Amino acid sequence: MAYKPELLATAASLEELEKLMAAGADAFVIGEARYGMRLAGEFNVELIAEAVKLAKPKGVRIYAALNNLMDNDTADSLGPYIASLHHIGVDAIVFGDPAVLMAAKVHAPGMALHWNAEMTSTNYVTANYWGRRGATRYVLARELNMEQVVDTTAGTELELQVQVHGMTNIYHSKRSLVDSYMEHQSDSERLPVKDKERGLYVIETERQDERYPIYEDANGTHIMSSDDICMIENLHELMEAGIHSLKIEGIMKSMAYNETVIRAYRQAIDAYVADPASYVFQEEWLESIQAVQDSNRELSYGFFYKEQVY
Amino acid sequence: MTTTMKTAPRFQGKRHRLDKPELLAPAGNLEKLKFAVHYGADAVYIGGQKYGLRSNADNFSFEEMKEGVQFAERYGAKVFVATNIYAHNEDMDGLEDYLRELENAGISAIIAADPVIIETAQRVAPKLEVHLSTQQSTLNWQAVQFWKDEGLPRVVLARETSFKDIAEIKKHVDIEIEAFIHGAMCSSFSGRCVLSNHFTDRDSNRGGCCQSCRWKYDLFVDDMPLYPEDEDKFTMGSKDLCMIEYLPELIEVGVDSFKIEGRMKSIHYVATVVNVYRQAIDAYFDDPEHFELKREWIEEINKAANRPLNTGFFLDTPGAEDHIYEPEEKAAPYDFAGIVMDYDAKTGFATIQQRNHIKLGQEVEFVGPQGTFFKQTITEMTDAEGQLLDTARHPLQHIRIRTLKPVRPMDMMRKKIGKK
Repeated sequence: MAYKPELLATAASLEELEKLMAAGADAFVIGEARYGMRLAGEFNVELIAEAVKLAKPKGVRIYAALNNLMDNDTADSLGPYIASLHHIGVDAIVFGDPAVLMAAKVHAPGMALHWNAEMTSTNYVTANYWGRRGATRYVLARELNMEQVVDTTAGTELELQVQVHGMTNIYHSKRSLVDSYMEHQSDSERLPVKDKERGLYVIETERQDERYPIYEDANGTHIMSSDDICMIENLHELMEAGIHSLKIEGIMKSMAYNETVIRAYRQAIDAYVADPASYVFQEEWLESIQAVQDSNRELSYGFFYKEQVY
Repeated sequence: MTTTMKTAPRFQGKRHRLDKPELLAPAGNLEKLKFAVHYGADAVYIGGQKYGLRSNADNFSFEEMKEGVQFAERYGAKVFVATNIYAHNEDMDGLEDYLRELENAGISAIIAADPVIIETAQRVAPKLEVHLSTQQSTLNWQAVQFWKDEGLPRVVLARETSFKDIAEIKKHVDIEIEAFIHGAMCSSFSGRCVLSNHFTDRDSNRGGCCQSCRWKYDLFVDDMPLYPEDEDKFTMGSKDLCMIEYLPELIEVGVDSFKIEGRMKSIHYVATVVNVYRQAIDAYFDDPEHFELKREWIEEINKAANRPLNTGFFLDTPGAEDHIYEPEEKAAPYDFAGIVMDYDAKTGFATIQQRNHIKLGQEVEFVGPQGTFFKQTITEMTDAEGQLLDTARHPLQHIRIRTLKPVRPMDMMRKKIGKK
C-alpha cells in the first residue's frame, strides 16, 4: 500500500473534533484526566462514544488516552473502563503504565495499543520490547533529534508516532506547586483556579524572553515548553522516513488556531502523498500558521536539529 | 525537621526475602563505598563509566568496582550499579560488553529503567539481578506485578507512593520493594522532567540534569507578575526526605530495602546518615516493643543535612511547608574535619588525615560506627614527624592528635562551624 501518514490531532470538545475533522485530521487522541495525561479537553465515556459515532462514518479514528501515571485505585478501576471503551469501538488505547497493558489484554482483546511514555520512549529496542508485549505503536519522545527518529524506523516494525507541531510538557510533578507557592506567600486572595485555561506562566530569572505555561489539575503540576514545535517546512524528512503518524498537539490552543494548523499540515501531507518525487514545501502553509501564532511563543524545530549533551 | 502526626494504625506487610530490611547507601567513589559499608550499609549502589544518571560524579572503573566488591564482601555487603538512563539508539553500542563486565566484577544487581537495558542484562549477564529504577515511576501493584512477571526480583517505587500505597502493593505482590527513605528528591515524577534539556541542552534522562527545579522563577498571570520582585521567588525545589521518625512504620509495612539518596554527597554525609539508620534498624529488631527514637539520631542527621527535611509522600502529598522558597542555608552546624587512620594505644595519639582546617584549642567530636561518640578540645597536635603544630592547613595532611578516648581507623572527626 502506498505510504499515507496519519495526521493525528487532539480536541477539547466535540465541536472542535468536528471542526478539525473537516480541516483534515485523520485521527484524535481524547480521554479524561483520571486516565489520560494533559489532554486538550475532558471526554468521559459517553462523549468518547459520541466522538466515535461522528468519526467512524468518515473513516476517522479515535484513540483513548490512558497514559496517566496510575495509583492503585485508578489501576484497580481499569477493567470496566477499558471494557466500555472496547464496547463503544475506540480504535486504540494509548498507555504508559504496564497496568493498562495487562488490563487491556483481558478486557479489550485485539485492541490496538499505543505506548506513550512521553520523555522516556527513546530507542527502538525499547519499542520492540513493548511491541512483543502487545503495543502496536510507539510514540517517540520529543527530545530526540531527526537522526535518532529516522534510525528508529529502521529498527522496529511498530508504527511510529512523532509530534510535529505544538507545545510539549517539560516537567510533571504530583505536587500542587502553584498552590503551595501562593500559600507560602500568605496570599489570602490566591487564585482559586490554576487550570490550563487560566494563562499562568513562569519566567526563569536568566531567561526573560521565555514564557513557560504552568497549570495544575488532578494529576499535579505541569510546566509546558515556551515554544511550539513546527515541522511543516521539513515534514518531508519525516514522511521520507515513513513515520506512520504525525501529531498536532492542540492543548492550550484555540479551536481556530488548531484548525489553521491542521489545514496547513493536511495540504503538505496530501501534496507529498500525491507525488513524493515532485513535492515542494509551500511557504504559504507556514505563513498561515505564523498568522495565528501567539507572538510570545516562538515556532521552533524542537530538538529535531539540536545536539544535547549529558 | 517537621514533626507530623504519626500514622495509626500502622500498615502491616511482609518482606519478600529478608527478615531485616536492607540498608542501601549511595557511594560516589571507592572511598565513599568503603565508608558506607564500614558504617553499616548492607548494600551500596554506585555508578560506572556509562549508563548512569550522574555523569558529573567521579564514577567507578571496572577495577575500582572489583576492589569495592571485595571490600564489601568482607562485611557481607553487596554492590549494585545504577544503569538507569533512558538510552538513545546510539547509546546501545557497547551495552552488552558493559553489562558482562559488571557481572564479571561481582556486581550483585543493576538498577535499570529502560527495557533495552533490562532485557539486555537478562540475556547477556544472567547473574546480575535487575532492579527496576524509580525512573519508571511505578505507583500501583499491577505495574509491580508486570515487572515481577518480567523476571525482576525488585522494584524501586516512585517517590510519590505513600505508606498506604506500599501496603496495597505488598498485599498483592510478593516481590522486594525498595523505597527512598532519605535524601534529596526530584520534585517531578522521576524521569518526567526535561527542564535541563530545554534550558541548557543537557539531557536529564541521560545524566545531564542541572537541577533547574531549584532555580528561581517569577510567576505571571495576564502578563503581570503575581508577586512583587522582592518577594520569595517561585521554585519547584523540594526539601530533602528524612524518614528516621517513621522507621517502625517503614519496617512494619514491609519495605525490603531502605534507600538513601546521594551519590554526589560527601563521605561524611553518607557515613553519618548510614550510621544513624543502621543503629535505628538494629535497635528496632533488638526490641521492637521498647523501640524509641533517640534524640541523638536526629541530632546526627542534622549534622549532615544539607537542606531542611520532610517526609515526602509517605504520609500525604507535600504542601507549602515542604518546599524551599527562601535562600538555602546550610543547616549543618558541624563540618567534617578529618579521618582517623590509626591509633596508638601506648601514646594515646591518633593519626588523622586532615579534611578541613584544624587548629589547637578547637572543639571537635569523634564519631564511629554504631554511634561511638565523644567531644574534646584539641590539646596536642603534631605533624607525621612529631613536629608540634598550631594549625593543620594542608588538605589530606597526616597529623597526630591526642584523643580523650581510643579511636579506630575510619572514625570521623568533626569540628563545630563558626569556630575557625
